[in-house]
Amino acid sequence: MFSDVIRNISWEDTTKRIFEKTDADVRRALSKTRCDVEDFMAMISPAAEPYLEQMARLSQKYTRERFGKTINMFIPIYITNSCTNSCVYCGFHVENKYKRTILTEEQIIREYEAIKKIGPFENLLIVTGENPVKAGVDYIAKALDLAKPYFNNLQIEVMPLKSEDYALLRTHGLNGVICFQETYNEANYKKYHPRGQKSIYEWRVNGFDRMGMAGVNKIGMGVLIGLEDWRTDVTMMAHHLRYLEKTYWRTQYSVNFPRMRPSENGGFQPYVIMSDKELAQLTFAMRIFDHDVDISYSTREPAFIRNNMANLGVTTMSAQSKTDPGGYACFPQNLEQFHVSDERTAEEIEKALREIGLEPVWKNWDVAFDKPNMAI
Amino acid sequence: MRFKVNDEPVELPEGSSIDDLAKANNLPEKGVAIAVNNEMVPLSQWKGKVIAEGDDIIIIRAVCGG
Amino acid sequence: MDDVFSIVSFYFRKMNDKLIIAGKEFSSRLFLGTGKFSSNSVMEQAITASGTEMVTLAMKRVSLGNAEDDMLAHVAKPHIQLLPNTSGVRNAEEAVFAAKMAREAFGTNWLKLEIHPDPRYLLPDPVETLKATEILVKEGFVVLPYCQADPVLCKRLAEAGAATVMPLAAPIGSNRGLVTLDFLKAIIEESSVPVVVDAGIGAPSHAAQAMEIGASAVLVNTAISVAADPVAMAEAFKEATAAGRKAYLAGLGAQSSDFSAVASSPLTSFLN
Repeated sequence: MFSDVIRNISWEDTTKRIFEKTDADVRRALSKTRCDVEDFMAMISPAAEPYLEQMARLSQKYTRERFGKTINMFIPIYITNSCTNSCVYCGFHVENKYKRTILTEEQIIREYEAIKKIGPFENLLIVTGENPVKAGVDYIAKALDLAKPYFNNLQIEVMPLKSEDYALLRTHGLNGVICFQETYNEANYKKYHPRGQKSIYEWRVNGFDRMGMAGVNKIGMGVLIGLEDWRTDVTMMAHHLRYLEKTYWRTQYSVNFPRMRPSENGGFQPYVIMSDKELAQLTFAMRIFDHDVDISYSTREPAFIRNNMANLGVTTMSAQSKTDPGGYACFPQNLEQFHVSDERTAEEIEKALREIGLEPVWKNWDVAFDKPNMAI
Repeated sequence: MRFKVNDEPVELPEGSSIDDLAKANNLPEKGVAIAVNNEMVPLSQWKGKVIAEGDDIIIIRAVCGG
Repeated sequence: MDDVFSIVSFYFRKMNDKLIIAGKEFSSRLFLGTGKFSSNSVMEQAITASGTEMVTLAMKRVSLGNAEDDMLAHVAKPHIQLLPNTSGVRNAEEAVFAAKMAREAFGTNWLKLEIHPDPRYLLPDPVETLKATEILVKEGFVVLPYCQADPVLCKRLAEAGAATVMPLAAPIGSNRGLVTLDFLKAIIEESSVPVVVDAGIGAPSHAAQAMEIGASAVLVNTAISVAADPVAMAEAFKEATAAGRKAYLAGLGAQSSDFSAVASSPLTSFLN
């Protein structure tokens, strides 16, 4: 389990060593075709800032080698904002006194149909808050069953589950799971996640092992930028990624590092601000570190960043997202998890991507073989 | 009683054991292993393992090798 | 789990750099094969000069009535792990039989599993090797399989419980060096067990190169045993292996000078 691994990696020592990285460390990392976590630390360090253009070149080269000139398109659907957690930065915070919605089966279908009218989406991300009693595994399974006639590739972003629950959901058509650790800083983790199941660090960080053991085809990871020193946090994620790739090597991985913006929800002020340049540096470093990992940008990022980075390392994007349950058809004015920055329509995004020579991919071909009964 | 050791015909009195075979040929106890009809017979069972007519015995020993 | 999380014990390892296989610690990262030496006495001196703590051995059928030198006496030392091999077997079934014979003859459950039915290049059979590994791990053997430099095969072997993987650098005895370099790098990057580069290492520089790219150890035989002075060559390999390891831990400098500052920034100007 990854908790046994990360326990031996000192947060403070890692931070210190990132900031001690030298010009030679950066050059060494950039000259390697296979980087280790030490190299990753060099590439995200301040010492690498003068190499941004070179990193962009390498990142673009590796991305094109592995992904071609394509961008994978997906759309999220929030089927409930009911949540028993009280993550201090989140719009679904339990003490945020809004009426909560758990979409009914009919409402979910209306939403799916509304999404299909927006664009030719085949990659769907089903999102919930964390309320295992009112919107648990059975509810998620139902949403997957209902989605199958409309969408080709189904991912979920829900509370961490037991391994057998992931295995069960695979029989309902689940292709992938996204879960953000938010922060790997165990000492401060509870400060941001004081209540609910999410307050248990180990349960969350080992959730990825449980996905791997259940044979989930694709696992998405994430650090929320705005809580802890971002360099140290994403270094921990790099360790986690390498661990997972070695242990559950048949699985595909994606990484996310969404930036929280000031006052995005109820006045929560991020402790850390990441500049656009730093976001680009991190994205390039991640690609040079891991040529195959899927790097995903959500609509939290503004249009000009997404459009430019699409050519330089990003491989997956959402479009025209609503982060409130029922937002596509049923309840257009519901409680949002976060406010999107890129408000372009899917059509506009598609057009913009084509203009810079990229092909938006709506349907992922390889899930055709993701069959739980064919698992090894 | 006739049997084979490493594909060569060998003869010993009826009722002979693996231990008798080893002693008759000055085999050391360390660095060798003996199998009867493709079943390895550990040293501790050499005395009790009686050879039967027609048995196919393999005796190997440690040698240099990469 | 050697080398799995290079950073975890980065500083610790520099001071106390041990190779751990199946819970056992090794200070030397040079494994020695004992074939083709001119005499047992030269072999023994070469073993001493190499500083090795792991030597491979083979088995052969005795010919009754011929007194034979007891070579084990030249090899078996308290600090040396014997690693009998299954050379000569052609499939998993024969390998399992050979393994049981080896365990009895050598008094160890450690095993270098090698199944190479192709007599021409002695290339390992991946299907039979995986099958035999699965069986032998269940039977309690510490299995170190000799295999093709195939990253997926190495993962399957590790999953089956192999204690290390031993991918080949080049065909056995060819002395051609790291012909499989790109694949060895991928194996080293992805492996959850120690990676021992086996076969084809023909010169100390090859051993150093394998260690520089992050191999956990190297196995050398022919290059030492057929050298004009095997004892001196054993010492040369000892130093090369240690030097390569030290270089790996120290972090090699950039090999390319393509990263000088650039005047324009066409790809990243949008960030300004």
